[in-house]
Amino acid sequence: MRKIIGLILLIIIAVGLGLALVRIPFGTSKSRLGEYYIREGRKETGATNIVTSVVVNYRGFDTLGEVTILFTAALGVGAVLSIGRKRKNNIKHQPASLILRTGCRFLFPLILLVGAYIFIHGHLTPGGGFQGGAVVASAFLLIYLGCREIRISEKGTKAVESLAGLVFVAVGLVGLAVSGYFLFNFLPKGISGRLFSAGVIPVIYIAIGFKVGSELAGIIDALVEETE
Amino acid sequence: MSFLHNYIYYFGAFGLIFIGLYIILVKRNLIKIIIGLSILETGVNLFLVSIGYISSGTAPIFSRPEVEAARMVDPVPQALVLTAIVIGVAVLALALSLTIRVYRHFGTLNLRKIKEQRW
Amino acid sequence: MIWLATVLICLMLVAAITAAIFKDLLSAVIASCLVSLIAAILFYLLQAPDVAMAEAAIGAALVTAIFVIAIIRTRRYEE
Repeated sequence: MRKIIGLILLIIIAVGLGLALVRIPFGTSKSRLGEYYIREGRKETGATNIVTSVVVNYRGFDTLGEVTILFTAALGVGAVLSIGRKRKNNIKHQPASLILRTGCRFLFPLILLVGAYIFIHGHLTPGGGFQGGAVVASAFLLIYLGCREIRISEKGTKAVESLAGLVFVAVGLVGLAVSGYFLFNFLPKGISGRLFSAGVIPVIYIAIGFKVGSELAGIIDALVEETE
Repeated sequence: MSFLHNYIYYFGAFGLIFIGLYIILVKRNLIKIIIGLSILETGVNLFLVSIGYISSGTAPIFSRPEVEAARMVDPVPQALVLTAIVIGVAVLALALSLTIRVYRHFGTLNLRKIKEQRW
Repeated sequence: MIWLATVLICLMLVAAITAAIFKDLLSAVIASCLVSLIAAILFYLLQAPDVAMAEAAIGAALVTAIFVIAIIRTRRYEE
């Protein structure tokens, strides 16, 4: 009975969506806002990656909301999974083979380096805070899978995450104090194409990179923990 | 043939949304429903990015300083989808941690059996 | 180039139907990881390298890892 109602509902939605989709033309320019950002983006912000300048500068407040959502989700995962649990301290992990352990320890700083490169150069090349943070979290996942007896310290993760979030909000408040707009771009724009350019955008993206990396690593740590 | 040329990306995104909705409406295992949610979100993100595509356009990055801004793809849907992907992973992590708690409490992941029991 | 996109989209839809049908939840999760990976390639073909990087790093690696850890803590086979 539930299956039949579900299928009828699905067919109605599919027909409606299909009729709407054939009327949208593919491959033509649909909005003038995108053209404005492409024309004026490099002059107004100094960043050569237009998507970065939209995410951090023109729509910076939405990014602050998204960082809050990620923070709330990490908080929720930690709170839900730790009710009534005691940490088991004397678990005997069967150690992995020597090649696996050595390989993981060798790769870990290299992956961290790639992730840091991605979020530092976010305003010049494709990349940015979220992508770099995800790569950093993958490095921690590799340590969990390969060398199973190493655990990252929970207090360190939470400290880095909170500090990075505070840096983001503080930059916004300094912009408010300097010129009356929250998240105003108050540092000098410099020559576009250099590393130290585009004002306050690299500072915000480095803070977001640290925050997302430590948050996702904290989520994986909370899920992997052995409980009673 | 020109129909295929123009609408293949829309068809792919529509197919993913359809399959994701089918899994959420019909299946009974909690983890299967969350897999359906993930497929639905991927379909919607693909649809948003394919709306912003301009034919024979290029990526919106001034890689060399003399690249002309003549034909660049719309950057606004890409910024929106970047946010949506990260929010998607946050929602999935929270949903899976709640699933683990439900399994610890009820002992099963079948929705029909969970509805029959009382707290 | 449009033929490459057509082949990839057909493969993606087959993988999504596989994720819906299999009773072994581990195989369904691997199929959904394949959907994310092909979506990352399609994002690159639609001239969006930032979105492709985000989908590949987050959707194909971290979401799959979180699903597998959740399956270890609960049951593997759907009833």
